[in-house]
Amino acid sequence: MTRKQRRLTLIGVAGCILAVALGLVLFAMNDTIVFFNSPADVQAKNVQPGTRFRLGGLVKEGSVQRGANQQVSFEVMDAQSSIRVNYNGLLPDLFREGQGIVAEGALDPSGIFKADTVLAKHDENYMPREVADALKKQGHWQGEANAAPQTQ
Amino acid sequence: MLVEAGHFALALALGLSLIQFVVPLWGARSNDPVLMAVAPAAALAVLACLAFAFLALTVAYVTSDFSVINVVENSHSTKPMIYKISGVWGNHEGSMLLWVLILALFGAVVALSRNTVPVKLQANTLAVQGLVTIAFLLFILMTSNPFTRIMPAPSEGQDLNPLLQDPGLAIHPPLLYIGYVGFSISFAFACAALIDGRIDAVWARIVRPWTLGAWVFLTLGIAMGSYWAYYELGWGGWWFWDPVENASLMPWLAGTALLHSTVVMEKRDALKVWTILLAILTFSLSLLGTFLVRSGVLTSVHSFAVDPERGVFILGILIVFIGGSLALFAWRAPMLKQGGLFAPVSREGALVLNNLLLATACATVFVGTLYPLALEVLTGDKISVGAPFFNFTFLPLVIPLLFLVPIGQTLAWKRGNLLGTVQRLYAVFGIALLVTLALVAFRDGGPVAAPLGIGLGAYLVLGALNEIVTRSWSRGTPLATVWRKAAGLPRSTWGTVIAHAGVGVTVIGIAATAWDAEGLGTLKAGDSMSAGPYQARLERVVPRQEANYREDVALMRIFRNGQELGTVETMKRLYVTRGMPTTEAGIMTVGLSQVYVSIGEVHADGTIGMRIYHKPLVLLIWLGAVVMAAGGGLSLTDRRLRIGAPTRARTAPPASAVPAE
Repeated sequence: MTRKQRRLTLIGVAGCILAVALGLVLFAMNDTIVFFNSPADVQAKNVQPGTRFRLGGLVKEGSVQRGANQQVSFEVMDAQSSIRVNYNGLLPDLFREGQGIVAEGALDPSGIFKADTVLAKHDENYMPREVADALKKQGHWQGEANAAPQTQ
Repeated sequence: MLVEAGHFALALALGLSLIQFVVPLWGARSNDPVLMAVAPAAALAVLACLAFAFLALTVAYVTSDFSVINVVENSHSTKPMIYKISGVWGNHEGSMLLWVLILALFGAVVALSRNTVPVKLQANTLAVQGLVTIAFLLFILMTSNPFTRIMPAPSEGQDLNPLLQDPGLAIHPPLLYIGYVGFSISFAFACAALIDGRIDAVWARIVRPWTLGAWVFLTLGIAMGSYWAYYELGWGGWWFWDPVENASLMPWLAGTALLHSTVVMEKRDALKVWTILLAILTFSLSLLGTFLVRSGVLTSVHSFAVDPERGVFILGILIVFIGGSLALFAWRAPMLKQGGLFAPVSREGALVLNNLLLATACATVFVGTLYPLALEVLTGDKISVGAPFFNFTFLPLVIPLLFLVPIGQTLAWKRGNLLGTVQRLYAVFGIALLVTLALVAFRDGGPVAAPLGIGLGAYLVLGALNEIVTRSWSRGTPLATVWRKAAGLPRSTWGTVIAHAGVGVTVIGIAATAWDAEGLGTLKAGDSMSAGPYQARLERVVPRQEANYREDVALMRIFRNGQELGTVETMKRLYVTRGMPTTEAGIMTVGLSQVYVSIGEVHADGTIGMRIYHKPLVLLIWLGAVVMAAGGGLSLTDRRLRIGAPTRARTAPPASAVPAE
């Protein structure tokens, strides 16, 4: 094989691998990416049941109900509306009423959000960033006034 | 006083690294040996200054000097001593100081290897290294000074983030940083070669041990971080495709590619330009990782925009170094001499394929990590790119790569024979297939992914060992001769074999996660729950008080099919100073498998939520990484490299050793 042919082989193989990777990335972008919505967004965008998304907001005071076998139900709210969330599992250490959380899952036909993951803030100073941004947008943000300086 | 002296030492180090950058560069251009000789002296002096600064901060932590803001924010007088020390790098400012200290340490080792590195290459390399040091010292001094005082000094500190109060944290960041920063040496050597316009197999032989050393530490650092997340976060997961994890995975992938391409360069004098580019990219990805973790851009794009000082500074460093080195590359690379020829089917060809697949896999991780940030900045849409994305894009590129590892390893240099190679692997294919089929038959009904993955892992381990067999055994040879031949193989061969087998071990561990079983329940004392063949019975819940936290301890008795194995404790802790709760999982190791119990909420009626996992063969995931690192380490002791610099890296001189010149 001449130098030219060898170079062409190399470019061909590299091109194939890149094309496959690009195809995979583009396909995965459509299929596996999850959007973040606040309860108000859910209503505004009219999110269909069965579509996976991340729901973020504050846990409504007094809304947490515990059932048998680690069944939990609570409401996630923002300034405008709230959505009931059902979850079966251990809640994170920092899950509390009035705190910001993010839940991942989908709506069922009756409009209840079935979560398979619930995330809370990592420490006292940190709120899930989507929740903080969403609340800031709606003008319901008082977190920074009393937050200790960020060190990490 | 010591604190001010530490601050001064930082400023002094900045001045000295300025000298380390300018003078040798000039010396190399004008071929002046006196000016070039300044480089090693300056590098050692920088190390001495930074070691002193680091020591000063450590003393402030150990003596709980609450007049220093950094100590107030991250320490507490009741904290155990080990966390007082590890707390030095458990925060932004201190970890950046550790970063430059390691950078200076590597510079000093290059400075001491003057017998093996050509003078001009050494001078240029240390100059580039000096520039990196300048950038990060400026960053520390201008935006993240760990020595800032506070008036009046509070009487007590705010404690270290409880998640970081763990022995894992004491080891994880230093290992990771040695890996990250170690790639700066390959980067500096690459830039030096470009500045000089000369690159050859000698260059590759000098650079390879550095790359290998950095890779070994990065491998251990990532594995350590993964195990730490596994037992500390209490979710039983070992890899979350979190941006912070991806930030360390990307340099690892690029570094693995670099490791293999320098082999081609050293042995066959080919792939020169590509190797230089990879060296630049690997360190660029290390810098990107530092940016992602340190700028706060991940916590919130918003907070990044509000307090842009640090982020913009690191972004500046990122642009200067990546842009600068790529510009240098574009300008000088065409002048480099073309390398040797090889057929597509050959060891070189296989290594090129390895590089292509690793680089592409790295690119998919890059896209998945940065796309959400870019999208949020551009459109304001918030998305999360999680495990499904990476499983879909990363795995299809990595699995073919794994299939090719034993084949590539068996192919001959220059011109290989694919059929002959495959024939030599017949036995390996056969055994791996039998393993897969046996597992499918034995575990009927289970997920098919596990047997397939374990088959792949077995193929990798056997394929690696096959190299030793084919090189020392032939029909009719007495066993003693085989043994002597095998023991006489070069250590780099054994290193390759062991590292590749380690990959197989990790693959087996990952595949076995498909057999994970879990159970969830609300328990009161005496209740049981089960996962797979294991049962856990809650004995009692007792409160306990420690120096800086109090905890509820659940004692769980673990049984397998009714037979008792012992007890584990899982705790819900409350760290008093920060008011922050954490969960400590209770883990029982049975062979290579683990039973993992994690306590949930403690309810008012005395019942507690509990999760139990059975994780078969889970230890193999990290054990494989340790085996990989051991292979790399063994390869470093190879005769061929022992004349080189690498062995000295372990026995770096004490910081105060400034040469007399």
